[in-house]
Amino acid sequence: MVEEKKGVKWIFLKFAHFGTLAIFAFFASLPFLWMLITTFKQDADLYNRANNPFIFNMAPTLSHIEYLFTETQFVQWLINTAFVGVLVVAITLVLAIPAGYSLVRLGGRWGEAIGIGIFLTYLIAPTILFIPMSRVVATVGLQDSLWSLVLVFPSFTIPFAIWLLMGFFKAIPPDLEEAAMIDGYSRFGAFIRMVLPISTSGILTVVIFSFTLVVQEYIYTLTFVTAASKYTVSVGVPTFLVHGDVYNWGGLMAGCLIASLPIAIVYNFFVDRFIGGLTMGAVKG
Amino acid sequence: MAKVETQGLEKYFGEVKAVDGVDIASREGEFLVLLGPSGCGKTTLLRMIAGLEKPSAGDILIGGEAVTHLPPRARGVAMVFQSYALYPHMTIYKNIAFPLKAVSMPKDDIDRKVRWAASMFGIERLLRRKPRELSGGERQRVALARALVREPNVFLLDEPLSNLDAKLRTSAREELHRFQKDVEITTIYVTHDQIEAMGMGDRIAVMNQGKVHQLGSPKEVYSDPSDTFVAGFLGSPPMNLIKTEDRIIGFRPECFLPRELLGGSGDLESFTVEVSRVEDLGSDRLVYGRLEKRFGHHQVVANLPTSFTHYSIETGGTYDFAVPRKDVKFFDVESGLRAEPIPL
Amino acid sequence: MDSLQEHGGKSVINRGGRLSFFFDNEKFLGPIMIAPAVIYVLALVGYPLILAFAYSLSDITVGSVDYNFVGLSTFRSIIEEPEFRIALKNTILFTFVSMAIVVVLAKILALLLVKDFKGKFFVRALILMPYVAPISLGVIGWLWMLDSIYSPINWLLQRTGLFGPDFWPMWLGTPGLAMASIITVHVWRMLPLAMIIMLAGLASIPKDIQDAALVDGAGYFRRLFQVTIPMMLPIMLVAVLFGIVFTATDIIIILVLTRGGPYDSTQVLVSQAFYIGIDAGDLAGGAATALFLFPLLLAVAILMLKIARRSEVT
Repeated sequence: MVEEKKGVKWIFLKFAHFGTLAIFAFFASLPFLWMLITTFKQDADLYNRANNPFIFNMAPTLSHIEYLFTETQFVQWLINTAFVGVLVVAITLVLAIPAGYSLVRLGGRWGEAIGIGIFLTYLIAPTILFIPMSRVVATVGLQDSLWSLVLVFPSFTIPFAIWLLMGFFKAIPPDLEEAAMIDGYSRFGAFIRMVLPISTSGILTVVIFSFTLVVQEYIYTLTFVTAASKYTVSVGVPTFLVHGDVYNWGGLMAGCLIASLPIAIVYNFFVDRFIGGLTMGAVKG
Repeated sequence: MAKVETQGLEKYFGEVKAVDGVDIASREGEFLVLLGPSGCGKTTLLRMIAGLEKPSAGDILIGGEAVTHLPPRARGVAMVFQSYALYPHMTIYKNIAFPLKAVSMPKDDIDRKVRWAASMFGIERLLRRKPRELSGGERQRVALARALVREPNVFLLDEPLSNLDAKLRTSAREELHRFQKDVEITTIYVTHDQIEAMGMGDRIAVMNQGKVHQLGSPKEVYSDPSDTFVAGFLGSPPMNLIKTEDRIIGFRPECFLPRELLGGSGDLESFTVEVSRVEDLGSDRLVYGRLEKRFGHHQVVANLPTSFTHYSIETGGTYDFAVPRKDVKFFDVESGLRAEPIPL
Repeated sequence: MDSLQEHGGKSVINRGGRLSFFFDNEKFLGPIMIAPAVIYVLALVGYPLILAFAYSLSDITVGSVDYNFVGLSTFRSIIEEPEFRIALKNTILFTFVSMAIVVVLAKILALLLVKDFKGKFFVRALILMPYVAPISLGVIGWLWMLDSIYSPINWLLQRTGLFGPDFWPMWLGTPGLAMASIITVHVWRMLPLAMIIMLAGLASIPKDIQDAALVDGAGYFRRLFQVTIPMMLPIMLVAVLFGIVFTATDIIIILVLTRGGPYDSTQVLVSQAFYIGIDAGDLAGGAATALFLFPLLLAVAILMLKIARRSEVT
């Protein structure tokens, strides 16, 4: 009797556990599910209130995707995003890697202070800075140019990357660098020949996350750029796939889906390392 | 081959004096051991010789040349770390070749040298593996090969055997010692393990609280300790140190035997011991007890070799013990330094 | 036996070239390696921040960029606007309600996900979707789902009988519902990251402490409230503080979903600043509006430094 009771309770708990998780998972992925359905639906199916919106009442179609790639500047926005992303990631790595290493290994007292200072720059959100920043961009003559984004985005990717890299560098045993220094390398030589090769996975994580920050960015792009051909995908899709008040929902959803999925999948594989880096960066070394 | 010398070497970490005025000089090709409890400054001293720590004061000379302000790579030293510090992303071959690449040596020469160094330690078959695929003993050999390949003037070894299990440690000790005698490179070896120190060192520098208490051959530091710290640190169990009014007197447990077993061997100092505990360790028998009242009932320990098993000692009994007069050491009560013998 | 002498004997010493002084000397190398990054960040975060303060004390607009110092009069006229008070009230409401929901839900979700089970990676990947996909695009998905005519949510709720046949709410077109929608979408978007941080916090609790509590006979909820939550408090505190700043300064959801409407019922300080400063070209007014968030940032920064100092001691 007792065992049976336990069994019932166990089943109930399992059910509650997975039931709750399923609700969360459904809530989280619903908009993407909705994008998926809309992308392949014919307009006549989509805009009929009598139809069940969750199923295909008519045959699926690729016409929205075709529209997206031929009638809109979607491809151009993807290219713009990649262009800005690659350059910003490059600038970020060049500046953040030496800085992160310096803070962890060479900083001492002042290193700790600068580390905290860099941590706090996170708090100064772009939404506080975008108005003066638009003037800065105008002053250097980069308004309505992708180069304005290349210039400004590192201001938030660098602090982020430094913090993440500090975590990865702290995890390298100091013995290894000292061994390299005894083996004939200078401090800087040990950094280049020993620390960098050993940190490739950490650096790759920084590349992925800096790139993602670039793709996610919204307010600076909206503020600095006005020409449709110079938008990134995050701003182009919500801004230019709208004709007045009538949205082209099929094309819009196709654009959202195509731009979201690759980055979401890559990101997913790096999330654990990202968290590892963040928490390690927080541990005093 | 070169001598290593330190002159008035000091290192502070904030308020803490890690190394407090060390003057030692190695001999050419010598195996010099820095021995002391953890935190005594021996590793800091080694790291200063390597160039990994900047001294707060004093000078370091290698081969007669002042290297105090040179970076590690310019000192001609090689070091084996406690962790071995093998580069985890490189194969063993690349690990050993790494120091040679630093000086842009031609590829053929690198290959020749790597194979030579590997052959010295019998690790040729490991060259293509990565460090994580190796056992502790193999890693230690790779670390030694990487140190050797530069043909340094000085080897610096920081507790290289402490990560090996007890069984392996004995053979590694022997191998390391033989290797050092073959290459005749001056070696400075840091350890807290007195068996390693006694077994391998040509000379031992016994350190405590940043100071070198004694520098001498294993035999000297063991049987002729210069002060009570050295006397109390070396030996297991260490020297009995008994404080009296004028002197601290010391004698090794193995010299402290039942009177009748010493027979008529001349000049003896006698004590009575009330035995409180007997430990039979197989090869030895340790007898713990208290001395008579005139020595303040001081705790003592005697170490009887198994060859005396026939002599029975019971807990609670009182026995006559003695030490040959020549084996009793005298120390100053205030300074702990060796002092003139006095009659007991 | 091969001996050293036969192998040339000369030891391999790298004396280094001219630059070796810089490459070896940590006193110089450290600052040199960090300087470019610090200068970049100071120029593009520090300088605009100072500029923001300077603008807010002037009457500068896009049309006339000559700097006239007007003191606090910009701030004064902003405070008198009824729109500003609405935006301030909305910012506070939006920030604290959504953060409270996020913390509670993230905690539950983390506790559900802490154990290993089959398919965990897949479930976690689904839950992480809102965080890993570009935010503005995910929010467009919501815009379509909350559509005034074709909302599948309404369709579903009507078919399941939860809504009457004539009940068809306009999620983004009715003041109260619009704020509720904004908060829901924000929770949707913050929940994954909050959950990950909670999971990291849970993982950082030493297993033997959990075991000790179990051996002591503490039940699930006592363990939760007396061991798990107190031990996670520092990391949770930092995460919540960041979350508050992040939420208060967020603009994407509002710009995409409601553009502050209807009737300013979802207007927050930063969206207000955008419309004043960029759309209307009043740089001074926009900068000043955004700067009303600065005291919040300052308070959070001070709290964080306090937490950092305390964890340094222990």
